[in-house]
Amino acid sequence: MIKIENLHKSYPIGKESLHVLKGIDLHIKEGEFVSIMGSSGSGKSTLLNIVGLLDVHDEGNYFLNGQLIKDMNEKKAALLRNKFLGFIFQSFNLISYKTAVENVALPLYYKGISRKERLEIALDYLDKVGLKDWAEHLPNELSGGQKQRVAIARALVTKPKVVLADEPTGALDSTTTDSVMDLLKDINDEGMTVFVITHEEEVAEQTKRIVRLKDGRIISDELTKASKAV
Amino acid sequence: MRFLFDSDTWQEIYGSIRKNKVRTAITIIGVLWGIFLLVVLLGAARGLENSFNKLFGNFATNSVFVWTQSTDTPFKGFQEGRRFSLTMNDIDVLKSEYSDEIKLLAPRNQTNNLIVKDFKSGDFRVSGDYPVLDQIQKKQLIYGRFINGNDILNKAKVAVISEDMYKQLFDLNEMPIGQYIKINAIGYQVIGVYKPSNTIDFDGDCAYIPFTTFKKVYNTANKVDWMMITANEGTNIEQMEKDVLLTLKGLHKVHPDDERAFGSANLGKEIGKVTGFLVGMQFLTWFVGIATLIAGVFAIGNILLITVKERTKEIGIRRALGATPKSIRQQIILESVFLTTIAGMLGIIFGSTILFIIDSAFGQGEDATLINPTVNIPIILIAFATLIVLGTLIGLIPAHMATVVKPIEALREE
Repeated sequence: MIKIENLHKSYPIGKESLHVLKGIDLHIKEGEFVSIMGSSGSGKSTLLNIVGLLDVHDEGNYFLNGQLIKDMNEKKAALLRNKFLGFIFQSFNLISYKTAVENVALPLYYKGISRKERLEIALDYLDKVGLKDWAEHLPNELSGGQKQRVAIARALVTKPKVVLADEPTGALDSTTTDSVMDLLKDINDEGMTVFVITHEEEVAEQTKRIVRLKDGRIISDELTKASKAV
Repeated sequence: MRFLFDSDTWQEIYGSIRKNKVRTAITIIGVLWGIFLLVVLLGAARGLENSFNKLFGNFATNSVFVWTQSTDTPFKGFQEGRRFSLTMNDIDVLKSEYSDEIKLLAPRNQTNNLIVKDFKSGDFRVSGDYPVLDQIQKKQLIYGRFINGNDILNKAKVAVISEDMYKQLFDLNEMPIGQYIKINAIGYQVIGVYKPSNTIDFDGDCAYIPFTTFKKVYNTANKVDWMMITANEGTNIEQMEKDVLLTLKGLHKVHPDDERAFGSANLGKEIGKVTGFLVGMQFLTWFVGIATLIAGVFAIGNILLITVKERTKEIGIRRALGATPKSIRQQIILESVFLTTIAGMLGIIFGSTILFIIDSAFGQGEDATLINPTVNIPIILIAFATLIVLGTLIGLIPAHMATVVKPIEALREE
């Protein structure tokens, strides 16, 4: 599903350039539940942004769903994001003046689905994350865990191939963290590839595979107990 | 185009406008003010123009006045500074020589005299005139008639007096026609009372008597004080003025280049100056109006730019969710156009309301200063269309700004 070969990325900082990713090789198959771990500055967010087509790499190859990602213009990237990828952010990134159901329906809008149909589908997904009763509430009327569940529903509503989660539990307490992780597990059990970035061991342990990054390189890549249990 | 009729598009715009009520209102006021000013200024200018037109209305604007002064060049044995008069002979020569150009020619003699009626009296101007004067300068008669051909032939001692003279010399509601007044101790029968026009008038309160009577009574012989000439349609009046003066110079042995000997005034030229002023004012109106409009549109662009900055994160989220740069751009441009359109319509409505109020206050009645202040609908439509085009163009800037920011940078924004 995701295949990365010898990926390099540097950011220019003034006249200097900061080499963030120094040759990453990673292969994630369909249906995997992978977490990327690393301290801040290890390059994990950069990796996610590149995988999520939000940023471009300098060197190396990146295949998404077998398609080589190269010379992407914004329009193509936007279409691919809409088609293959679902995003979950640490700070939820809900649009503040739209209700929960409208937020969930937004990706479908860009897919060109009619409003009525869109809201129906969105409501189904809100139901899935247990927030059907909160559909007409604005984000600032929801708790952190609820917001993240809305964001998850939004990530799932287009039936993406891969769900990319950037510190999905970073802003949540331990109880809500567990409920969000359970939700991600359910998604994975349905066969969706889930790609989580985290620096919390407890979160990583709930995934099936942990890839550890340090200073832009992969230092370990192992399956967890959770995966063996299945 | 489908995008324009998509209810979702409008839903999105409604959402973003609802979220930013204050900035939307301020933006709208900016453009509204521009088009409002344009409408009101154009209307007021039009009103002023109408007033001027009314002012010049009942005077033939193709008139030339000629009188004599004193020569400034010695010629044919005469010294400079010679004084002379126009004569009836001049009138006949001009009439025959310029029969194609001259439509009407009124020789006039004027003086000031004491006018007495019973025990009342007043000092007024007395003018010896031909009936043709009534054609050049329409007299609005309250009672009776103006001087006619018979009066001229008979050298009748008749007078047409002004309303003010009537009020001053006669008792209230007294019938003036057929009564006698004394001008310079000679009795005249009043045959008409006229109302001085509230437009251009060179005579003021004046008693008109037949030209021939004037000649006999004041012993003016062939002398003519001055004359009024109106030209036929299609005549080059300035040329005619020059030609007439040249002919007169020849008749009176005046050097052809003498600038002072004859005085003349071309009413068309004088009015042209005023019209030029009106044109200048209209230009100013357009300039101010359009400049204000542009300022307003820039305000919209500016505010949208700020909005885009404010919404960087939202735009980033949308793009992560699959919004193409095109859809972002369309939304922002449409927002700009929508705001300018609403603002434009409100501005036109308010402007028209003000014009309506101006019209009721100053636009009606005798002494109206701004008659029918209106703006042509095509002009408004053009201004409106320009506004929308400008709105689109200015919307391009923030729209572009919104799409150059990479989604990743937009999302990072806290």
